[in-house]
Amino acid sequence: MSTPIIETRNLHKWYSGVHALKGVSLKIEKGQALGLVGDNGAGKSTLINILSGLHRQDEGEILLEGQEVDIRNPKDSMRLGIETIYQYNSMVPLMTISRNVFIGREPLKWSIGGFGVLDEKKMREESVKAIADVDLHLRSPDALVGELSGGQRQGVAIARAMHFKSKVMILDEPTNHLSVKETAKVIGFVKGLKEQGVTSVFISHNMHHVFACCDRIVAMALGQVVLDKPVSQTSIEEVSEKL
Amino acid sequence: MKRLFKLALQKPELASTLLLVLLVLMFQIRSGAVFLSIDNVRGVLGLLPETALVAVGVTLLMICGEFDLSVGSVFALMPMTMAVLVVAGVPFWLAVFLGLALCAAIGFINGWITIRFDIPSFITTLGMMFMARSMTVVVSGGFPPRIKPGSVPSWIFTGFVDGGGLIRASVLWFLAIAVLVSLLLAKTNFGNWVRATGGFLPAAAAMGIPSGKVKIACFMICSVLAGFAGMIESLRLNSFLPSLGEGMELQAVAAAVIGGTSLSGGIGSIIGGLIGATLIRVIDNGMVMSQIDSNWFKFAIGALTIFAVVGNAWLRRRGRAMQVETDK
Repeated sequence: MSTPIIETRNLHKWYSGVHALKGVSLKIEKGQALGLVGDNGAGKSTLINILSGLHRQDEGEILLEGQEVDIRNPKDSMRLGIETIYQYNSMVPLMTISRNVFIGREPLKWSIGGFGVLDEKKMREESVKAIADVDLHLRSPDALVGELSGGQRQGVAIARAMHFKSKVMILDEPTNHLSVKETAKVIGFVKGLKEQGVTSVFISHNMHHVFACCDRIVAMALGQVVLDKPVSQTSIEEVSEKL
Repeated sequence: MKRLFKLALQKPELASTLLLVLLVLMFQIRSGAVFLSIDNVRGVLGLLPETALVAVGVTLLMICGEFDLSVGSVFALMPMTMAVLVVAGVPFWLAVFLGLALCAAIGFINGWITIRFDIPSFITTLGMMFMARSMTVVVSGGFPPRIKPGSVPSWIFTGFVDGGGLIRASVLWFLAIAVLVSLLLAKTNFGNWVRATGGFLPAAAAMGIPSGKVKIACFMICSVLAGFAGMIESLRLNSFLPSLGEGMELQAVAAAVIGGTSLSGGIGSIIGGLIGATLIRVIDNGMVMSQIDSNWFKFAIGALTIFAVVGNAWLRRRGRAMQVETDK
């Protein structure tokens, strides 16, 4: 077996007295599409927030391609090639698509001490290309994200993650609040990731969505992993029982 | 029609520009063409940069999703500090620098407390409004300092730059600063962070933007501009009063809101704030020129503010209702 792209060893997290994560050890192989399921409060979001840099573990290690890493903030996580897509899709509705694609990582014409003038031409061109790469067709990079439908927004979020060459894409409930048609689109995006060799972690309440696009299922309950099987060796019934 | 709506949505300052033009025309007619006379325009242009500079800072801060009620007090504290220092023998430029540094420090404290303790900036800056006002009186020692006219180079800030005595240097300072802040907001990565922070904080944080630092920077810019504006007004009047700028904070907020800036952050433009400030000055002056009882001034500003917010909220709802289908 090759080195896992992400490995967590014995992760613990306490939130003011609540033991939210009780020693989670998980190996995620390169190119895998892992489905993470569990009830509210099972610890899925805590695990994801630690990987994406929003929180820090109280105990335990994270290894990226065999190297121990310290993820202190979202920037660290992104620098390591972990991109996270949240259910609220981490986009600013009143900003244009091209500006949203480059939030926090704007290409600059020139800069002094990290501050500088935006290269707007590059932002437009590259965001058009990034969006086309995930097979999403939008009229203009200058449209406001608020004008897009929920599925399109998730498409732009995935395009952004792909543009920054993510190795691992974490999708935290990306199908929440979406219509059936839009959900199918997002599941299509996730399937597309596998073809491009991107490892993905797909979190959802909805088993059908997870089973539709993942090849391994990990179920969590009360801060622990309670089931970890390839999708072919388990069923929605078995997973539901464990939760 | 859809396009018009979209335009109005993306350029919230459009409606106020229209109103400004209408009001100027109305005042010009009602005052019997006195409103746009050289003498009157000179008066309006003398006062405008001072209100407008405060409005620029407040607008920037509001786009970032925060609020500053202490600008009126800082408006008085900066010139008072500077004047006391000059009287004590400190060179003029050093005194100006120290005064502005004090403003920056106040902005930093406003921002730091707001972020660190996660409290509404409305409260932080309300407290600072009282504290800075009190400091102004304490610094003056109860007796406003007197600077001999001509002993400091105040012409650099308030002298007339054209032969006709129409435009003061303060207008140029203000224009330069307004353009600079506009560019900062529209063309730099910092501006992108300001809009993202005010527009949708969770997204900004998730994308690794240092939102806390961005907000603190905006608080500092806001305070420094308020202090600078206060200095210009004091030098123009050559009097340093502890009561200077009272009520300024709400006028500046009104200017920003009238110009289309949203109280909830993320929406607005510097040019909108400027138009809002100009509207306030035009109404103030135009009412006098048209011989309307000037006690109605605050009524007019208040009504306009409410009208602007209601109008903007309506526009935004309409905008949301007509989600344009962009998929091919």
